[in-house]
Amino acid sequence: MPDDLNWAIGGEAGDGIDSTGKIFAQALSRAGRHVFTSKDFASRIRGGYTASKIRTSVDRVESVVDRLDILIALTERTVHENEEELHEDSVVIYDGERSTMQDVEVPHGATALEVPLKRLAEEAGGAIMLNVVALGAACEVTNFPIENLDESLQKRFGDKGEAIVENNKKAARKGQEYVREEFDYDFGYDVETTDEDYVLLNGDEAIGMGAIAAGCRFYAGYPITPATDVMEYLTGRIDQFGGKVVQAEDELSAINMALGAARAGARSMTATSGPGIDLMTETFGLVATSETPLVICDVMRSGPSTGMPTKQEQGDLNMTLYGGHGEIPRFVLAPTTISECFWKTVEAFNLAEKYQTPVFLVSDLAMAVTEQTFSPDTFDMDEVEVDRGKVVDENDIDAWLDEKGRFQAHFAAADGISPRAFPGTTDGAHMTTGLEHDELGRRTEDTEVRVEQVDKRNRKVETAKEEEEFDYREFGDPEADTLVISWGSNEGAMREGMELLAAEGIDVRFISVPYIFPRPDLSEEVEAAETTIVVECNATGQFADVIEHDVLERVERINKYTGVRFDADELAEEVKATLEGSTTAEVEAE
Amino acid sequence: MSSDIRFTDFKSDKQPTWCPGCGDFGTMNGMMKALAETGNDPDNTFIVAGIGCSGKIGTYMHSYALHGVHGRALPVGIGVKMANPDLEVMVSGGDGDGYSIGAGHFIHAVRRNVDMSYVVMDNRIYGLTKGQASPTSREDFETSTSPDGPNQPPVNPKALALAAGATFIAQSFSSNSQRHAELVQEAIEHDGFGFVNVYSPCVTFNDVDTYDYFRDTIEDLGETDHDRHDREQAKEKILEGDKEYMGVLYQDEDSVPFEEREGVEGSMAEIPDGAPEGAMDLVREFY
Ligand SMILES: Cc1ncc(C[n+]2csc(CCOP(=O)(O)OP(=O)(O)O)c2C)c(N)n1
Ligand code: SF4
Repeated sequence: MPDDLNWAIGGEAGDGIDSTGKIFAQALSRAGRHVFTSKDFASRIRGGYTASKIRTSVDRVESVVDRLDILIALTERTVHENEEELHEDSVVIYDGERSTMQDVEVPHGATALEVPLKRLAEEAGGAIMLNVVALGAACEVTNFPIENLDESLQKRFGDKGEAIVENNKKAARKGQEYVREEFDYDFGYDVETTDEDYVLLNGDEAIGMGAIAAGCRFYAGYPITPATDVMEYLTGRIDQFGGKVVQAEDELSAINMALGAARAGARSMTATSGPGIDLMTETFGLVATSETPLVICDVMRSGPSTGMPTKQEQGDLNMTLYGGHGEIPRFVLAPTTISECFWKTVEAFNLAEKYQTPVFLVSDLAMAVTEQTFSPDTFDMDEVEVDRGKVVDENDIDAWLDEKGRFQAHFAAADGISPRAFPGTTDGAHMTTGLEHDELGRRTEDTEVRVEQVDKRNRKVETAKEEEEFDYREFGDPEADTLVISWGSNEGAMREGMELLAAEGIDVRFISVPYIFPRPDLSEEVEAAETTIVVECNATGQFADVIEHDVLERVERINKYTGVRFDADELAEEVKATLEGSTTAEVEAE
Repeated sequence: MSSDIRFTDFKSDKQPTWCPGCGDFGTMNGMMKALAETGNDPDNTFIVAGIGCSGKIGTYMHSYALHGVHGRALPVGIGVKMANPDLEVMVSGGDGDGYSIGAGHFIHAVRRNVDMSYVVMDNRIYGLTKGQASPTSREDFETSTSPDGPNQPPVNPKALALAAGATFIAQSFSSNSQRHAELVQEAIEHDGFGFVNVYSPCVTFNDVDTYDYFRDTIEDLGETDHDRHDREQAKEKILEGDKEYMGVLYQDEDSVPFEEREGVEGSMAEIPDGAPEGAMDLVREFY
């Protein structure tokens, strides 16, 4: 039996799949187990297959695998959808009394566990609790102490009153007892608990939490999957820290509101996904030329156009790197883990204000919808640093006034960074514009001033390269012949994939890069390797392109654009295949 | 804020490049007068402008200012005011800027009712791009891009505003400088979104909606018994197609600005050196 357990519930959208998964994930986390969740959902609210998956272990888990141990199937389709992942020790829990489940055939010799979910739920007080009955049954199958479930039921239903909580606890026990009495045998699972305390959160929540920690006070956004959770997280919470969320009429408005708030001196942010980034691109150049600090978060989903809104992709790299007409200095950060979503958000605010530039914070759907456990001190708030850069007030503004007493908001400083005066600062009144301007912010077409201002803005990037560390994270054997490079959320799957490869005697050096621009120079690393493979969730290899451009050497590519994230087994296979040169490196279908 | 602020303090030392006689001169003077008259000074004032001849206004005035992209000035103004309600925020632009590319934002800014003023220089033409039809151009107005006229009725911005739930709607005429300054002043003093459409003639490209036309047609509501608090009366006046009015068409006495409803208190510019106090509670929520 493997150490980790893979659990899933699947059914129709609207069946409460998400919240059931969440309840179980919380129960596992509270019981001191690590959890990594993933979702399989379609772009509709009711109808259509949807599933919530949990991988859990006493050790950290960083990815999904293609194996399912316990499956709660609310529909017959759920069994078919997960057929490949079932094995002979799997247990499939379903309600055999329901007419729609009559024809269920459980494949691969897995155990079919018929539990009258609906009937037992009714006995406990209402059919609606059938998912909780199934959770109770799963507790029994896995020998997981059901008391852990109680606390997450309390958390989920506490608002609805004690009676509801009690009924749910009862429903869970009905499921547990039914399995114990009707199938009195050992399923071979024994889910250990520990004394560890973990927190469980997803990437969007980590970004929202990072924003508040960094002192973000203003957020304007427009709902879009999979970025909406950032806005939903901040709503209500940011107010407690003196901030505000505004739901704008569209993304054009959202980024302009955020720009206005930033000019008024607030740490300000907006978040969206690809289609919204398109709209925001119009104002992106204004943010950069007006030298306004702004964090723009792109939680990527599958494109182009509306693409596959609920599916994974890392296709916006070029957009964030090159988007916008003209030439625009910017930073592009791409967290590679959920905890990094927090820390990179903090860093994004500091970079934005220190260099008075737009900062793209690029995350992806796989990270946004995944919940993962962390030790709470991963988010140690005492470690959060705030650097507001060159802000001047009435005491030191004199140094930045010209001979006529006018504030030089776009002063062509040697390091490219001008002083910043928040509106309300005496003697700081100044103009800024998206038109090319002089040091006072006034429109100009003077050739010298134009060049001076373009150079000044670009100089910020050079200064940042000197002052900041745009580094990478490294795993595996630094001497290995094979170098794998990836960005974004692929890190977890690749790290596990490496272990699988190591077991087959294939050593890999793995570099995970959280900075798209500026980014670390990987020339030496690529040169030292015999084979370099760049892994990313897009069809053309956008990151591979920039690596090739940087190091002037060809790299191999592993690209996946099915809409589904990489899993560890698959990555290991693909790396192997690339090394053997036996198949094409492209994973074209699941 | 000092009490000896004069309207010329709001003037920058940049000479306007507007055509001699352009209505925008009078519009801007009235705005500066109104700002000084309401006790503001350049250091607490934020002016956001759109694109167009009209949008250049932020350059010719002296204050904290942002000259944005075409049509998006209103959201910028909302962001400024939400982040610091102590600032006096004024947004300004043209009819093309505000009612064409920015029409969506206009409706939503009106219904959001943030406490700021919005002054639109309506010349019924695109000036800066040299004379194309604007959304307020007459149906039969011949321009370089509409040789037979736009063949569609002009938008009625005051009707849009009223329908969207505006709390202050005024119409002014740049040439009547005293009255114009008064109306902008009322918009500033209004608790909420103070919308002023200003007839601001383009002497270069519009030979129909001229000073003479407005002078001959315009009727000052201040000299009639129009009740600005009566929405029905406002509606009638606004929908009368062939009449031009000057004055406050509508004002909601009970207007409460959005930022006040949302409980925004003071500037958001000050933040602690590290994570705010109590931030660890945010982590504990995820247990
Ligand atoms: C996105 C975009 N589209 C088009 C333009 C070109 N443009 C500049 S000014 C203008 C029209 C402005 O008209 P209006 O708001 O009526 O101002 P006026 O010049 O008449 O004062 C246009 C279309 C632009 N700057 N940006
Ligand atoms: S073109 Fe028209 S609107 Fe523009 S400055 Fe000249 S007169 Fe004024």
